[in-house]
Amino acid sequence: MNRSIMDLWVGVFAAAGLLALLFLALKVGNLASFSTSQTYAVEVRFGNIGGLKVRAPVKSAGVVVGRVARIGFDSDSYKAVVTLNMDGAYRFPSDSSAKILTAGLLGEQYIGIEAGGDSAMLKGGDRIRLAQDAVVLENLIGQFMTSQAANGKGASK
Amino acid sequence: MQALRAFIESLGHRVNGMVLRLGFASRFFFYMLLHSGTAMRRFRLTLREIYFAGVLSLIIILVSGTFVGMVLALQGYETLQRFGSTEALGILLALSLVRELGPVVAGLLFASRAGSAITAEIGLMKATEQIAAMEMMAVDPIARVIAPRFWGGAISMPLLAALFSAAGIFGGYLIGVQLIGIDEGAFWSQMQAAVDVRKDIVNGVIKSVVFGIAVCWIAVFEGYDAPPTAEGVSGATTRTVVTSSLAILALDFVLTAFMFTGGNGL
Repeated sequence: MNRSIMDLWVGVFAAAGLLALLFLALKVGNLASFSTSQTYAVEVRFGNIGGLKVRAPVKSAGVVVGRVARIGFDSDSYKAVVTLNMDGAYRFPSDSSAKILTAGLLGEQYIGIEAGGDSAMLKGGDRIRLAQDAVVLENLIGQFMTSQAANGKGASK
Repeated sequence: MQALRAFIESLGHRVNGMVLRLGFASRFFFYMLLHSGTAMRRFRLTLREIYFAGVLSLIIILVSGTFVGMVLALQGYETLQRFGSTEALGILLALSLVRELGPVVAGLLFASRAGSAITAEIGLMKATEQIAAMEMMAVDPIARVIAPRFWGGAISMPLLAALFSAAGIFGGYLIGVQLIGIDEGAFWSQMQAAVDVRKDIVNGVIKSVVFGIAVCWIAVFEGYDAPPTAEGVSGATTRTVVTSSLAILALDFVLTAFMFTGGNGL
């Protein structure tokens, strides 16, 4: 076999192997994430984000209009700061509201945007003021139990 | 009484033989490591073996990786949809491929595709007295023939395992996202949230390095130790595939026990 052909194939093999490792580290293991299309960043503050993850979808009327870019914690207000990368093709009024929703009973969590009525549009760096927290099942059950207990007391009287 | 004694004697004989062979294999391994200088200085010798062990295994590794990923996606979707969490398919795919299936299945394929070829080649060289001829010419056959084959295989194996995992995830992506229609962002984001570079990917690479060394060691030793007959070479080739497959599975259990249990792992 020709020497240079063999060298070429070994080179291709080594490059492909290293590329596969790089793919595993970057794309699968998320060592660094890259963005592609034109986006603008919007910030939302939540009291509780539940199980929201970075890169979870942002949906409006069921259509994916962006992704969660970053999740941080503000130690002054004790709130979660969620940065959304919105697709540049979609614009929303500046008084739109955001809430954390769950796909199905046990599914992944995503952010739902409901458009407001303002004529001014959200720009990069703006903050969405109206935010509704994730539903925490334990709190819900707790509320249900206390209301049941109160009902029971009322009935026995 | 006599029968019992004969039985224990035969047992002892077998154990002695095994210990002797293991000792010979270990001495052979260290002698080969000490005489690997030629394989590294004249890297073209090793390059040739990377071509035969690695490049020629690419097709089987990539094709089986893609199909394993595709089947995993179909089966995983079938179960996950009952719980309404089909987006977790990415986690299922990435963790099972990177942690286990990548190194183990690639190792098993490598053992049967490349390991058997190494054994057969060395065994045949011995049977046709090429190795003895080299010794006559004062060329060390271990440095010239064995070490390049060992290093060529040991270098190829981690690259093949990484390619297998990447092909598997690609196959799962094809089925899960393109065919079934799971949300692409959730597929990747849940995968990235669950896969840890240090804990999962690096541990998978460590596994594949260990498997590569084990398979190549067994392959070159069986070839070198083969009786110089047609029957001996065929027996040695079979033993390579059987022993290295069992070694991969046993080592995988030991490594997994060390890596993924007991506190924060490796």
